[in-house]
Amino acid sequence: MTGSPYDPLISDLAADLKPVRRLPPPVLRALGWLGAVAAIAVGLASFADLEAMWERITAAPDMWLAVLGSAATAVLAAIAAFELSLPDAPRAWAWLPLPGALLWVAASGFGCLRVWILPETHVAVLGEARDCLIFIVSLSVPLSALMFLMLRRAYPLQPGLTAAIGGLAVAAAAATLLNFFHPFDAAATDLTVHAFAVALVVIANRALGGRMFAAPNFARPA
Amino acid sequence: MTTRTLQPNVMVPYKDETLLPPAFPGMAKRDIRREPQSRGLMSTAEPQTRSADDLRRSAQMAAAQAGDRAAYEALLRDCVPLIKAIAGRQGVPPDRNDDVVQDVLLTIHRARHTYDPARSFTAWLRVIAERRAIDLLRQVRRHGAREFHAPLAMETYPDEGADPGRGVAHAEATGRVNEVLATLPPRQREAVEMLVLQEQSLTEAAAATRSTKGALKVNLHRALKTLRRTLERTG
Repeated sequence: MTGSPYDPLISDLAADLKPVRRLPPPVLRALGWLGAVAAIAVGLASFADLEAMWERITAAPDMWLAVLGSAATAVLAAIAAFELSLPDAPRAWAWLPLPGALLWVAASGFGCLRVWILPETHVAVLGEARDCLIFIVSLSVPLSALMFLMLRRAYPLQPGLTAAIGGLAVAAAAATLLNFFHPFDAAATDLTVHAFAVALVVIANRALGGRMFAAPNFARPA
Repeated sequence: MTTRTLQPNVMVPYKDETLLPPAFPGMAKRDIRREPQSRGLMSTAEPQTRSADDLRRSAQMAAAQAGDRAAYEALLRDCVPLIKAIAGRQGVPPDRNDDVVQDVLLTIHRARHTYDPARSFTAWLRVIAERRAIDLLRQVRRHGAREFHAPLAMETYPDEGADPGRGVAHAEATGRVNEVLATLPPRQREAVEMLVLQEQSLTEAAAATRSTKGALKVNLHRALKTLRRTLERTG
């Protein structure tokens, strides 16, 4: 195929060719990120009152179901984000965290109902709820930075969606780790703040990551 | 995600070598806002059996990942007609086909480490080409929403600053200045040419004329004075 108008570009690309290390499977990469989250969890556990946490979580089914839901959301969203970071990934991967998220929302909502039925339950006051927001957002910063660095190794052609699902994994992981320092039951005010924090992290990730992963413009030279 | 082993299975590709079936008569044109179709819910689009061409491309890409330039160059050349066909099917205008081809080739280059040779290369390429084509169509649509073609409006738009006689007047003035410039003594003319017309610095002009900066300044001053006087006199 001599004389093709693409010959100069193809020659340039071939001249620029260097051996590359193949990207590990998305699940392995997700496990790498989740390993970092687990390491942070171990670190935080050394400062937390684990007995009190255990008593609180096992006090009612909705409590441990909510923790299970947020943890499942973090794991599933991390796998989905690393899958979506591949250039040929189907968008359907974005639905993967849905079961975890549904369990998380449903169990948390059930917790709200229980607070109305048992008025003597200790619910969070505004100051405590603000601490939750600060915790989730602060922990999300390093987790997001690590997520971005790891996702960037692939070549996402759906930058906004990939970053948003990555943000959901980050927010769910931060909300799960919050349980170490959360000495009160779920209540409407508290859950509103949690939902706000999660939404904030997802939107921020989408905005920042979307730009960071944005594919190069058309016809830009290599 | 299951990994499939390479199975040499010869499948005759479609005549246009796109490995895509032709559109059914009366098939609705796909909405460009939609993402490329995938055959499974979570798996990348991949045929059950792989053609000999596809297996060859996979092997070439695997070789390229290891740094084989000849295989890479052959693969990229092989990709061009496939990309053009996919872009055409997505509804990319023929004059923008080159943009998609160029962009997909760059994407292959930058994303080559993400390709798993156990999977179909043609399916991988197809999804990438479809996404790039959709990106281009969105870009074209965005530009189209901001710009419109109105040749009559362009031609009848009045230019407030336009002066039909400006070009002629400018040429006359330039000619007169050149005439007066020619009457100046050589040193003064040299100073005007270098410092004003060629916009050289005093240092450069001094070096070129083997003169001093001071002498150049004096010659320029005298030249401008003469020019002004002569032009005022001649109207």
